[in-house]
Amino acid sequence: MVGKSLKKWWPVFVLPTFIAFVIGFLWPFIWGIYLSFCRFSTVNDVEFVGFDNYKKLLDPVFNQNFGHAFWLTVLFAFLSTVLINVFGFLVALALTGKFKGVNTFRTVFFMPNLIGGIVLGYIWNTLVNGLLVSFGTHLTLKTSGVAGFWGLTTLLLWQQIGYMMIIYIAGLNNVSPDLIEAAKIDGANSWQTLIKVKLPMIMPSITICTFLTLTNGFKLFDQNLALTAGEPKKMTELLALNIYNTYYGRAGRVWMGLGQAKAVIFFILVVAIALIQLRFTTRRETQA
Amino acid sequence: MKKKQVMSLLLTGAMAATMFAGCGTKKESAKSKGPSVYYLNFKPEADKEWKKLAKEYEKETGVPVTVKTAASGEYETTLKSEMAKSEAPTLFQVNGPVGLNSWKDYCYDLKDSEIHKHLTSDSFELKEGNKVSGIAYVIESYGIIVNKTLLAKAGYKVEDINSFDSLKKIADDIQSRKDELGVKGAFTSAGMDGSSDWRFKTHLANLPIYYEYKDDNKTDAKKIKGKYLDNYKKVFDLYITDSTCDPADLSTKTGDDSEGEFLKNEAVFYQNGSWEYSNLSKKFNDDELQMIPIYFGVDDENEGLATGTENYWCVNKNSSKEDIKATLDFMNWCVTSDKGTKAMSEKMGFTIPFDTAEESPNVFVKQDAQYTESGKTPVSWNFTTMPSEEWKNTLGSALTAYAAKTGKWDEVKEAFVDNWATEKKLASAK
Repeated sequence: MVGKSLKKWWPVFVLPTFIAFVIGFLWPFIWGIYLSFCRFSTVNDVEFVGFDNYKKLLDPVFNQNFGHAFWLTVLFAFLSTVLINVFGFLVALALTGKFKGVNTFRTVFFMPNLIGGIVLGYIWNTLVNGLLVSFGTHLTLKTSGVAGFWGLTTLLLWQQIGYMMIIYIAGLNNVSPDLIEAAKIDGANSWQTLIKVKLPMIMPSITICTFLTLTNGFKLFDQNLALTAGEPKKMTELLALNIYNTYYGRAGRVWMGLGQAKAVIFFILVVAIALIQLRFTTRRETQA
Repeated sequence: MKKKQVMSLLLTGAMAATMFAGCGTKKESAKSKGPSVYYLNFKPEADKEWKKLAKEYEKETGVPVTVKTAASGEYETTLKSEMAKSEAPTLFQVNGPVGLNSWKDYCYDLKDSEIHKHLTSDSFELKEGNKVSGIAYVIESYGIIVNKTLLAKAGYKVEDINSFDSLKKIADDIQSRKDELGVKGAFTSAGMDGSSDWRFKTHLANLPIYYEYKDDNKTDAKKIKGKYLDNYKKVFDLYITDSTCDPADLSTKTGDDSEGEFLKNEAVFYQNGSWEYSNLSKKFNDDELQMIPIYFGVDDENEGLATGTENYWCVNKNSSKEDIKATLDFMNWCVTSDKGTKAMSEKMGFTIPFDTAEESPNVFVKQDAQYTESGKTPVSWNFTTMPSEEWKNTLGSALTAYAAKTGKWDEVKEAFVDNWATEKKLASAK
């Protein structure tokens, strides 16, 4: 009965989302790849130039700090992935215990996630700079590249730890008590239970969390724009912001296609790394 | 059974419809009414007045005028995305020859338009060969705005300031007696936040360019020598040392901070332009305010206020014929009709370069005329020839770092001189 009505009614459930997906994602995506081979100043009036944009990217005059932004983003993405997951897991572990107020704590940790990145960026900008100024350090997020980088990392940690924590909590709660009890009977201490039983069992959660944090780290834009805007002298400009600045920040027909070409390279990079990571972590998933 | 199915289908249909309804409604209403005008405004400070004026126009003629304003510093970005829409702006702005470079294919030739005939001088046209691509609609001045009451309290008159040296002497004196005078500093904070840094990376940076062009008898240059950068440094140093805050904190100070300090009588001097009049006149009387030239230590005797324009109206060539006509009519109405000229001169405080203009009540505009009358030469706006936004931003970063002492003045020089050549090359890149 269920199968039959599903066969009949599936378009009602799938089509709205599918259409939205095609309009909002698939079509712009294909159009975007095409645009990377074009020169234009508005996207509906373009001239095909072949691989010219990609060739220009190799020219330091035109690539506009692309190399620096690239390596900074790689560093940032890996650093934030490691830190967010380690802290997220630790907090989850602490909050799966049974004590009073555990739900309150979970809510508090999750809350930063409910605020949009751009708002967070501006709030932290004001907060951190205010603090730095009141300590008389004469250093602000926009005058020191190192401070800006760590500011950005801290902001992202604060925002994302809670989200990953929820996923880890769900994973930890799903570890069968039978397994833990069996481990206990076999004489495993709590450290051994954690490493040998719990960790392997929550590998799916780890896959999801690392995937999310890694791609988020690469794609980070709002927080970057709001917190440091790439200052000082583009020292804290990540890839997404670099692409945006190339595309929008410059006058002239050359730049938009160039920005688009950067975006395509960026896409390939993120997909490649995400695939490698997925393969790497799913291989370690075990069945109980 | 059948009934239930129909019901559920209806429900899902209704749900889907509400999803799309949000995107559709606006466009339909605009389209069904025939010709319309869509103005993408550059000046956030005049946003309200433009919207009011647009409503007036719609009431009078029935032609709907939509006014949208881009956030400060975001005009190019907004214009790029708006232009790609099917309902693109019919009326937009470029800031001069450099801005025109990226939009020249979109500009309608305004040579035969009604508004062109009312223009008082050729110098307010933005030309590309024989084609009139843009028409300036406002002439503005900037300089150092002085709070005369506070200056008098410190024991000086505006007339005492007639050169960079006298300005520095008085500012230093005020700064040293700031507690006694009840101010926080001589100058308002020279904020290097994006909402304020254009006052230094663009407007103040105009002066060394102006004097260099003048020496070389040029109006634009592929390379710049930076002959007057030492003067630029002196003025900027003055701004950041005789200031309301520690120079290291400037990177976080905004335009509102600076304006607020001036409004709260916390500083005597404030570098800004005639467009600030509408904000300042709420608090100050006309005789409390005076705009003086940014004395640069080069030709102080003859230097007047920096007067010019970076606001050129362009009409979108790709709009439909009716829309273009409606737009031209609207522009013409703004600068010729009673309501239009009144709104532009009185409410927005503009001086408009058209023969139909009303006299502006803007005290800074009047002062500019007085300076010119007394034989001073207005400083022209050469920042419209600055190679790119990127050039300004790089200069801004270098200035911020210099103020915070994390960078050296040599980096400012590099950003000014070397980057000028690089960016000029990029601006003409194919």
